[in-house]
This record gives sequence, structure tokens and C-alpha cells, in this order.
Amino acid sequence: MADVTFTVDGKKLTAPAGTLLIEACRKAGIEIPAFCYYPGLSLQAACRMCVVRQEKVPKLQTACTTTVAEGQVFTTESPEIAQARKATIELLLGNHPLDCPVCDAGGECELQDMTFKYGAGESLMVDAKRHRDEQQWSPAVFYDRPRCILCYRCTRVCGEGMDVWALGIQNRGVTSVIAPDGGDQLDCEQCGMCIDICPVGALTSGSYRYKTRPWEMNHVSTVCTHCGDGCKVTLGIRQSSDGSEIIRADNRDKSGINGDFLCAKGRFGFDFVENPERLTSPLVRNAQGKLERVSWEHAFRVAAAKLKEVRDTRGGAAIGVIGSNHTTNEENYLLQKFARTVLKTSNIDHERTTDYVAFARALAGHKEKSAGLRDIASAPAILLIGGDPTNEHPLLAWTIRTNVRLNRARLYVANHRQIKLERQAKSTLRLPGGGYGKVAKYLSGKEATISDPAFREALLAEENLLIIFGEEFRGAAVDELVAWGLSRPSVRFAYLGDYSNSRGAADMGLLPDRLPGYVPVSTYDAFADEYPGMPHTIGLTQPQMLSAAAGGSLGALLIVGANPLELGTVDLSALKNTFIVVQDLFLTQTAAAADVVFPAATLYEKTGTVTNTYGDLQLVRKAVDKPSVKPDFEILVRLASSMGADVKRLVPFGKNVIKADLGQSRGAQSGEADRHAVWLVANGLEPKLSPFDPLALLDEIERLVPAYKLDRLNLFGGNEVRTEPGFIPVSALTSSGPDLVKPSHNGLFTSGTLGRYSKGISDLEQHQAEIKQETVAG
Amino acid sequence: MPRLVSHPDEVKVVSKRFGQGAADIDKYIELGGYEAIRKCLAQGPEWLIEEMKASNLRGRGGAGFPTGMKWSFVPKQSAKPKYVLINGDESEPGTCKDHLIFLHDPHSVIEGTIIAGLAIGSKMGFIYLRGEYRYLLEIMEKAVADAYAKGFLGKNIFGTDTEFQIITQSGAGAYEVGEESALMESLEGKRGVPRIKPPFPAVVGLYGGPTVINNAETIATVPHVINMGGAAFAAVGSPRNGGTRLFGISGHVERPGVYELPMGYNLKKMIYEVAGGVRGGRSLKAVVPGGSSTPVLLPEEIESLGMDFDQVGKAGSMLGSGGVVVIDDQTCIVEFALRTISFYQHESCGWCIPCREGTDWLKKSLTRFHAGFGTAKDIDNIRYLAENMMGRTFCPLGDAAAMPTLGFVKKFRKEFEDHLDGKPCPFAKHTEMAVV
Repeated sequence: MADVTFTVDGKKLTAPAGTLLIEACRKAGIEIPAFCYYPGLSLQAACRMCVVRQEKVPKLQTACTTTVAEGQVFTTESPEIAQARKATIELLLGNHPLDCPVCDAGGECELQDMTFKYGAGESLMVDAKRHRDEQQWSPAVFYDRPRCILCYRCTRVCGEGMDVWALGIQNRGVTSVIAPDGGDQLDCEQCGMCIDICPVGALTSGSYRYKTRPWEMNHVSTVCTHCGDGCKVTLGIRQSSDGSEIIRADNRDKSGINGDFLCAKGRFGFDFVENPERLTSPLVRNAQGKLERVSWEHAFRVAAAKLKEVRDTRGGAAIGVIGSNHTTNEENYLLQKFARTVLKTSNIDHERTTDYVAFARALAGHKEKSAGLRDIASAPAILLIGGDPTNEHPLLAWTIRTNVRLNRARLYVANHRQIKLERQAKSTLRLPGGGYGKVAKYLSGKEATISDPAFREALLAEENLLIIFGEEFRGAAVDELVAWGLSRPSVRFAYLGDYSNSRGAADMGLLPDRLPGYVPVSTYDAFADEYPGMPHTIGLTQPQMLSAAAGGSLGALLIVGANPLELGTVDLSALKNTFIVVQDLFLTQTAAAADVVFPAATLYEKTGTVTNTYGDLQLVRKAVDKPSVKPDFEILVRLASSMGADVKRLVPFGKNVIKADLGQSRGAQSGEADRHAVWLVANGLEPKLSPFDPLALLDEIERLVPAYKLDRLNLFGGNEVRTEPGFIPVSALTSSGPDLVKPSHNGLFTSGTLGRYSKGISDLEQHQAEIKQETVAG
Repeated sequence: MPRLVSHPDEVKVVSKRFGQGAADIDKYIELGGYEAIRKCLAQGPEWLIEEMKASNLRGRGGAGFPTGMKWSFVPKQSAKPKYVLINGDESEPGTCKDHLIFLHDPHSVIEGTIIAGLAIGSKMGFIYLRGEYRYLLEIMEKAVADAYAKGFLGKNIFGTDTEFQIITQSGAGAYEVGEESALMESLEGKRGVPRIKPPFPAVVGLYGGPTVINNAETIATVPHVINMGGAAFAAVGSPRNGGTRLFGISGHVERPGVYELPMGYNLKKMIYEVAGGVRGGRSLKAVVPGGSSTPVLLPEEIESLGMDFDQVGKAGSMLGSGGVVVIDDQTCIVEFALRTISFYQHESCGWCIPCREGTDWLKKSLTRFHAGFGTAKDIDNIRYLAENMMGRTFCPLGDAAAMPTLGFVKKFRKEFEDHLDGKPCPFAKHTEMAVV
């Protein structure tokens, strides 16, 4: 709409006609108080705090429902307006308990803030306040009615935002209450959004309530460690007897790709960190065959000696390395570099949850065709084939829903089963089970067995299409689908995979046939300087390594943050001659079978970067200190050092190493100046001095992984930066190993090993299971 | 069932068929029913709207908006269906006029609805009765069925190619849905909470379509306006206040009941002559002129007060729904205020803070005050609360609660003061009212 000019408090403002006054004012830095107004949710005009005076209008007007037009004149602060707000606060406090000293929201309560600014100095109220007992609706959500100011944010975010509609209003007038759908129980996705959005302490979190005061915590903004969507999460950290602990997780930092959103796992699934079963000491198998607590030095010595022995006597090919879906890009990069240059092996793999290799191959040579979450948030048309975002990618589901709701995006869903997102779909195509291989042909009009021409025609009418597809597509099916998409005028793709850094594991080359950036091991030229003496043969895949180990042909296995023996496909007794080193959080089946176990740090206890399944790369900030564990990065560096490797070649740290990258040597000629180092120097900062600083590797990653051209200012400023696949020469990529893909299908309350050790999300899973049982029985 | 009353000053227009069995369709036709709609079908919508404008008929629900003008606001062209919605959610304490219309003359509502439909180009009307009028719904439904059977409703009404359908609906017992947008929410099957305006119903109303909402009495008056002619109807009333009105006189009078009097009829005369004066020879203390939400008037304020929208407004109150509540000299005004606020506290929908919390707080204060535990500061606090509810609420219910309260405190401060210092209510032995 055309811009209009209007006056607020004597200032001329300009905004598109029809903009809500409250939004126009906020953009201009004029704060208008409100409880019920919440950007992106439907208007309520219920709290009456945002009243303003509009010239020539008899009554005060609510800024949340007033749309701006040419020539209007508003006053937002005056004695009259202040009195109206003061009265509203007085009315609210008439029944609101003044238990601020113990209330969870005390210190971060909007009612407190408003009272501070507009409230009366004394109370007129002498009559008894209304009381209702507190209710527990689920392990995660408690409701304290007297504190509730009935702003309806919770009901709206649950209904409009989550499309769950589990909260409503019961009774009327002053006896009105927010009530859950199940009478006294919440039967929902347990996302906890209602808690986060509550401006007061009415909705409180089962895991956080009455544990601390907000100002006793440090708030660290980092990335969630659970699914592949990579939500930004704010961890509330408090000092504890042995370092510090996470008290809560929420999304008070709304600058991330997730905006307002956080799911049950992100919000309640952090407690695995404090699980008493966490490994707190290195373990070495003693002469009696039992794992025994030892010092770090001893463990490094034992592991290094044996790995060195296997390498030197049987060759690097007798060592296998299995990496993780949860560790950082820097750790993954270091792990494969360590494997190739120190262990001299190409036997490197990880548990693949989706076929990123095929995706990179299909997009080879096509820039700016992969879609990040911000692209999905604003795409005019989205085709979702396969997957179940509501359960497996909750942020994606939120983003799509929000785009449909606020921007009227058109969603097309093709799936073999009914999924919840179909409610937002403009059109739905039901595929036969296992029919995903035929989708590309159907879209090209060459598949007779799927007969729904209307769906296809509607898609063909879309000029601008964003295609999101699930792990049902692997190998050739990915190529075919992408090829169809690339024939369209404007297209972007997103490929769904599980776990917080599965994409990063593949991007960083935890693959037996590919170096970082999906560069085939046979075309290693660019890596020659940094990877002296690496083997150029294709190594073993994870299943091949396990069967080779069981067959006695692997002398050693290094397993970082993975539990491949969980599957039970390998007879543990057959591994007794394989020396196994494990880095993990818990004594998993794999760790229990190991000869040396290193207690590793969680993603919340380290720094680095992770890449979500859409290629959005984000900074992970260390939130918690645990004295008894070490980040995998440090463990690997110490292990390499114990093996006698040149640590400076592995991790370029310190002035002497950094100097080469300041644009004087290679950088100057190739245009690949070390931007991080340049940036550090330009800002008067020291180059990285520690070999344990993962970010010291960032320059090398940027140089060697063409897809990772990182905008440092944004990255270190806490924003996501885009990574781009699709730079690899097409001819170089052939196989992708679709049969190696094992999707985890983690749902709302499961998260692999982490989920099993999180009481928070296990309790929610149990709660929902009980409700389901009651429903079936009832 | 309310007993029918009568007085020689009455001008029976809307009530002329009361007590004559006009709920029966044949009797209604015999008494001149369904003539107006035939005339309208012949003359067309533009003529009909002009007649309505000329009649000066103003909405009988309380706000007094000119009906003809309301109809003319509905856009001629609309992508969505247009609707006529009849507000029979008569819930304002002191008001009992629509009740009699539904009981004695349901076809006048149907005929008026069809005429409104014709005026705005709508094919669908809804007649919404308050939840407590469920027994009247049966009468209304029978009337609608009879009209269908005669071909007065349906695809081709009165043998023309004009279509009009009527659906009846009853509420679930909330005063709030008397507010037009809350009524639409309720009719759509949702919680009865008002909508944000604009858009106004004439543009985006029921199910998103342009909607005209008329009070039941207004719509029952429409056929009479057509039959009499707009100018003739206007001539019955006072300037800018056309025709007659059903006044429901209740409280401490000798002959309470619903009387149809010309607009502008003197209020004092209404009480002392039409309704037979204050009962038991007592004297008049105050009168609430237009339903419980309108500010109270003192005897000296009604001497020459004509009962129309403009004159009562000038006197500092409102004509409202025409429910005149007469208060005698042995009534405790504090208790009257308490009973009034108790109603609004009970009926507040809870949507916005000033109404939800304000009505409850006022009720608590007045309850304590009337029980003799008030302090001098309370009187100012009550006034302060009511003043801060005025004009600040989401819908007019907050004003409806605050306005009378302010009136009582301002005009009867002395009586409030008489309750102070633990003194028992001065009227305790006379009062027949129980605290809600």
C-alpha cells in the first residue's frame, strides 16, 4: 500500500497506509505498552493499555487496532493517557496476587514493568482477592489463575501459531480462566510456547518453576542440540557446586531463524546435561577387563600408544573412524583431518540420516538454489514432499504454518500418509506407499499411476516454488526431483535430515569417499598442503567398518559421539581384538564395549558452529562449564599430540601460523585472504593462541570447503549465515550410498541417545502416551 | 406471562394486534398483516428505504440509530451473501417489550425482516432470541413455518422471483450477546465476545457478509411504517424521533406494564397517569429512564422531560431500551446500585480488563459498603473506578455498568454517607430487595 504521513507526539512519521499504529510507532522507536497485542497473532484489543489520543476522535483509541491514514494526528503520552494506563494497572492488580518475590516471572514480568512505569503508588483495593488453586496441566505446564491477566496470548499462540488449539477460555467475566482441552490435562505438542509468551507468571514451566530468580542466571544464546532445524535457544545458566548448570531453556532471543518458536525438546530437553549417568572421568579397560576411572593423561597415553601401534604395524587402513551428528563443524572437520593425516586412514563415516551427498551432487553447479529457513518463511509457494515436519521438524512446520497464515503462502503437500500440515495445504496429493521414486516423473507428466492432474497443474502455475523433500528421496530420486525443479523458472530446494549437525557431518567430509565439501578423495589437490600424506583411496563405510572389525581386519576404531553398536548387528565378542576408543557423554552400548572412553562435552558446553539441514550455519556458544569433561575438539587435539603429531599442522593456531594467512602469501595471490585473521587484526584482537580453540580452524574450513563462505560479522554477531552446496564439479560425483541412509525419525519427544537421558522430554512422552491410552480406553 | 395493560393515552401501532391471537398467521393476515411486504415488493427497495428515512424511525435497541440510514449503508454489490439479523436478545434489566412482540405478534417480526431483506438485497434473515426466551422460540418457529407454508418465505416469496429465507436461533444466556458483534459471534457458534470495529457489520458482518442488525421492536415497527407511510409515522412522534415506542414501566408504580406511547411523551405523566403513580401513595425518589444502564434521574429532572432520544440525552441520561424503572422513597439507592452492578458483574464477558475487573471491584466495594463496612474513601474510590471504566472498555458493557454507578454516587452521595461508620442501612426495614 502507498505510504502515508501522520503525526505522533509531534513527530512526522511515514508508513504504508493500513499499518497498525502500534507497529508504526514501535518501528519509529515510540514504545506503546500492551499486554494482549503480540506481533503476528490476531488482534484482541482486550488489555486497553495501548490507548492513545487521536485528534478529533472523542474517546481514547487502542493503537493495536488503529490503522494509520494520511494526516492523522496522535498523542501517545499525556496525563490523560497515563491516567488511563494507571487505572488499568490498578484494576489488574486488584485481583493479581502480589507474590512477586517468589513468582517465577518476578524480574522479567511485563506487569511489573508496566506497574513500574504507569502504576499507582498505593492500592485502593481493600477487599479480598479472588483465589483459585494452581493447576498442573502436564509435566511441562502449570497454570496459576490468580496471576493470569487474560491477555489470550497463550490461546492464540497455541491455536493460530501451533495449530494445536489446546487452550481456550472457560466461564466468563471475572471468573474467566484459561483452560486446557483435556479438562485438567493438556493434550498437545507440549511445546511450551504458552509459557514463553505469557507476560506474567501465570503459566510456568515444570522444569524451571521456583528454582531460581531470573537475575541469578546468565543467559547464553546458542543453538539447540536436538533436531536438524537448528533453533536458536537461550539457556539460563547458574553457578553450581561443580561449575555451572542449565536451569532453563527458552527463546527470549527472538533474532534467530526460529523467531518466537521453540519446541518441547529445545525447551525441556536440556536436562540430559545434568543426568547423573554422565561420564565424568576417562575410563580405560584394565587387566581384569573392567573399565576403570583413570586420569586424562593416562587415557591419552593408552589410546595414543595403541592407535599408533596399529597404524605403524598394520597401516592406517586398519583403523576405522566414526563421527557424530551432534558435534560441531570444527570437530567434524578436525576428526576427519586427524583420521586422514594422523591415523592415515580413509575409513571415515557417520550415521547418515539423509542423503546429503546426493543433494550436493544434484545441485552441483547451481548456485543459490538451496533454501534456508528464512527463504521458507517468505516463499510464496511451497511443495512439501514426504516427511512429517510437525513431528520431526517442528520449526519447519511452524515456519510453513506462519508463512501460510501471515503471507498467504500456498502449500502443496505430497505424502503417502496424512500429515498435520495438510490443514494448511492449498492442495494435497496422496502418494502410494513407496511412491516417492515416481514423483519426479509425475511432476513431468510422465507417470500414469499417480493420477491427480489438478495438483500438478496448480504447481505448474506457480512461478516461484520452494521444494522441501524428506529422506524418502535418496540417490537417483533426489537427482530426478532436483532436475525437474531446475527446469522451473524459479526454484529453491530444502532436504530434510535429522539431528543438529547431520548436514555439517556430511559437509565436513565424515565420509569414506569424500573430503570436506564433498570433494572426492581422488581429487585432493586443493588439500595437498594441509593434508600431508593422506591416503587417496576410498575407505570403508560405517557398516563395512563394523563388519570388518567383527571379521578381525580392523585393529582399531575411534568412535566420536555415536553409538553404532546400539543396533545390535555386531556380535560384541567378535570385537575383542579391535581396540575401541570412544568419546561420548554416556556409557552407551558402544562406550561399554570400548577400551578407552573419554567423557565428552555436550553441545551446550562448547564453542563452534553447526549447520542445520537447510544449510543455515550458526554459532554455538559455550553455556555451561563442566570441569570433568572436555569438548571433542580438545580430546582430538590431545590425542593427536599424544601420538606425536604436529598439532600446529592440525590446528593452525598462534601468530606464526596465522601470519601466512594474512593475505601475504597464498591469500594475496589467490584472493583467499584469511578473513577471520584479517578481521581479528583489523579489530585489534590477537590471532587464536590456543590449539583448543575450534574457531582457529574456521579459516581453513572456509578455504577448503567451497560451500562455506562465511560472513564473520554476522556469524559472530549471533546470526545465521548461509552455506551453499552446489560448487562441486558434476563429473566428480558418482555414488551417494543411498542404502547407507538410516533416518532416525525422532518425534516430538525423542532425540536418539540424548532423548533417553532427558527426563524432561521422557516425562512429556509418558504424559502424552497416558492421555492417548485414556482416550482409547474412554 | 405478562398481563396486557392499556391506557387511553396510548397510540397503538406496534401493539395494535396484541391480545388478538395474531400469532396465528390467518388472524395476522385478517388484521392487515403481510400487506406492507406486498407493497414493498411492488414499489422496490429504493422507494422503501426512502419511506424508512422519512419515518424518522430510530433503532429501539437503545442507541437510537436511524433505521433507514442504517439500511442505506449496506453496499449494493457484495461478493459475499448479505444478511438481515434480528436482535431479540432482550436482556437489559427493566426491558420487556420484545417479549410481547414475540408472544403476540411474531409475524410482524417476520414481515419486517423480509422488508429489510428486500431493502438491502439479502436472501437470508436470522431471528435471534435470548436464551431465556426459549419458550418464545416455539411460537416464533411456528410462525416461520406457517409463513413458509403460505409461500411468504422461500425461493419465490409471494409468487415473485424474490427469494428470502429465515432461520431462528436462541442464545445461551448471555447479556453480552445483545451487543451486535457478540451476537454474530454467538450465532456463528462461537463464544459470545464482541468483535473489533471497524469493520462494521454493514461491511463485514455475519459469516463475513454485509449484515444489517435490527432490534426486534424496530423490525416489528417496519411494516406499520410502510402501511402508514413514512411521513405519517414520523408525525406521531417528536422532532427527529418518529412514531411510537413500547415503554416498559416497572418498579414501584401502581400499574406496571408495557405501554405504547408517542415518542416525546412526558415522563412524569407516564409515571403518574399512565402507570397510575407511585404505589402505596409513596413519593418518587428517582427514575431510571431507559433500562438499568442509563443514569438515574431525580424527580425534579423529569418535570417536563419528553421521552425521546434527544431530550433524555440532554437531561444527562439515555432513552435506551425504553425500560422505565420507578424507584420510591423507601428504596436504598446503595442497594439499588449494588443490584445493578451485580448484574453487570455477572454478565461481563471477561474480554477486556476495565470491564472484567472494574465490575467485580465495584460489586465487592458496594457489597461491603452496603453491609456497613464502608469508609468515606470508598465513595470516592467507587466514583474513581467507574470514571476510569467509562469509554475505556472494548464494548459498551463497561459503560453500561459505569454510567448508572456514577449517576448514583453523584446524585445520592448523601445516602452513601448515611451508610458509613457501621450504621445499618437506613432502609433495612423497608427494603424488599435481596442482595444478589
